[in-house]
Amino acid sequence: MIEIFQNYGDALLRGFGETILCSIIALIFALIIGSGFAILESTPIRWLRIIARAYIELFRNIPLLVITMFFYVVIPMYVLDISGFVAGTIGLILYSSAFIAETVRAGIQSVDTGQMEGARANGLTFWQAMRYIILPQAFRYVLPPLGNQFINLVKNSSVLAFVAGFDLMYQGNVIASDSLQSMSTYMCVGVLYLIITLPLSYYMRYLEHRLS
Amino acid sequence: MAMVEFKDVQKYFGDFHALKDINLKVDSGETVVVIGPSGSGKSTLIRTINGLESIQSGQLIVNGYDLASKKTNLNLIRKDVGMVFQHFNLYANKTILENIMLAPRIVLHRDEKENKQIANELLEKVGLTSQANKFPAQLSGGQQQRAAIARSLAMKPKCLLFDEPTSALDPEMIGDVLNVMKDIARDSDMTMIVVTHEMGFAREVANRVVFMADGQILEDDSSDVFFKGEPKNERAKRFLSNIIAH
Repeated sequence: MIEIFQNYGDALLRGFGETILCSIIALIFALIIGSGFAILESTPIRWLRIIARAYIELFRNIPLLVITMFFYVVIPMYVLDISGFVAGTIGLILYSSAFIAETVRAGIQSVDTGQMEGARANGLTFWQAMRYIILPQAFRYVLPPLGNQFINLVKNSSVLAFVAGFDLMYQGNVIASDSLQSMSTYMCVGVLYLIITLPLSYYMRYLEHRLS
Repeated sequence: MAMVEFKDVQKYFGDFHALKDINLKVDSGETVVVIGPSGSGKSTLIRTINGLESIQSGQLIVNGYDLASKKTNLNLIRKDVGMVFQHFNLYANKTILENIMLAPRIVLHRDEKENKQIANELLEKVGLTSQANKFPAQLSGGQQQRAAIARSLAMKPKCLLFDEPTSALDPEMIGDVLNVMKDIARDSDMTMIVVTHEMGFAREVANRVVFMADGQILEDDSSDVFFKGEPKNERAKRFLSNIIAH
């Protein structure tokens, strides 16, 4: 393993950087989009709920690799030339946002209905009630499952390896075939993933603890 | 002037006919108590007044707004019509002070300094000054309900609806809440519509008593007539004698 780090350290670190970059971008957008659809699914307006439901079911039930391949192969062919990194990140955002939407929706539903009624009767609009009363409580409930989603997202970013996204997994594949030391290489890759996911999981637990 | 006026209102939950031919007029400044056995539609009745429940036919005018029309902006009605719930429904993620200040801030855009001053005055009025920075879960039921009343009053409503405000409280907590409500009924010109089983409260401060059963209004008397005279309706008479007997 040390030998791999010595000989291929640069490539590994570059891949590590790309994986972190992709994960951060995907996490931010997936959280925003996912929460958005979760709110839409909780509105009293029926057609908004249908749109949200359709989005969630679509991207939750197609393999991440298929979504990513669509953006890597089909979009450049007809619409716009995008790199593997961009295609992979978009795929990851769409896929993860569907799961985050489901998680946040469950959180919104677990907030006592009296909270929304109290807020509406108090003169707040639906959106004001969501923003000030429902969502803050919902996020507190769903912090543990949300942490799982974030960790899954980081691990799923390895889909970039299939579309030349130059991420950690991609570099691992290249190094493994170049050095012929598959085991040590993939162990290095595994350790580098842990360096991202373990602090993330620790941080989520800390947040959970602080908010309870 | 009528604050609330029902004309031939019908309300259904699916096949269930929850409100039948409701005709009721409540004038500005009146205190009306709605009584009746559980499941009689009392709560549904007052929940239609601020649009928490929709009506299927008939006319319902509240503070000049037509609630039967889909075009009516319910938020405008709710600025002037507050509601106090059986289970308080205080914002669990906000302190008591924040509970009171939130709606005036974001709905009425009240000046922050004035908002805080009004909130503190209300806290004093309901006897919760020392609890201002606690969260609802840290308070007893009676304290929570008094905080909820203060939250409604902070909007300076023209009309306040009470949906069984003391039903979820321990007996020794009920008195404080009723005293706050009596003060409001006596000292302000606010219209109050109160669903309750508290006959003492009804006798003391209500101008009128409305008796409901099976989704219908069976009796609508001034409270003097209701308590001193005999209710005309057989069902109301029985209900009253059962309650008085205990």
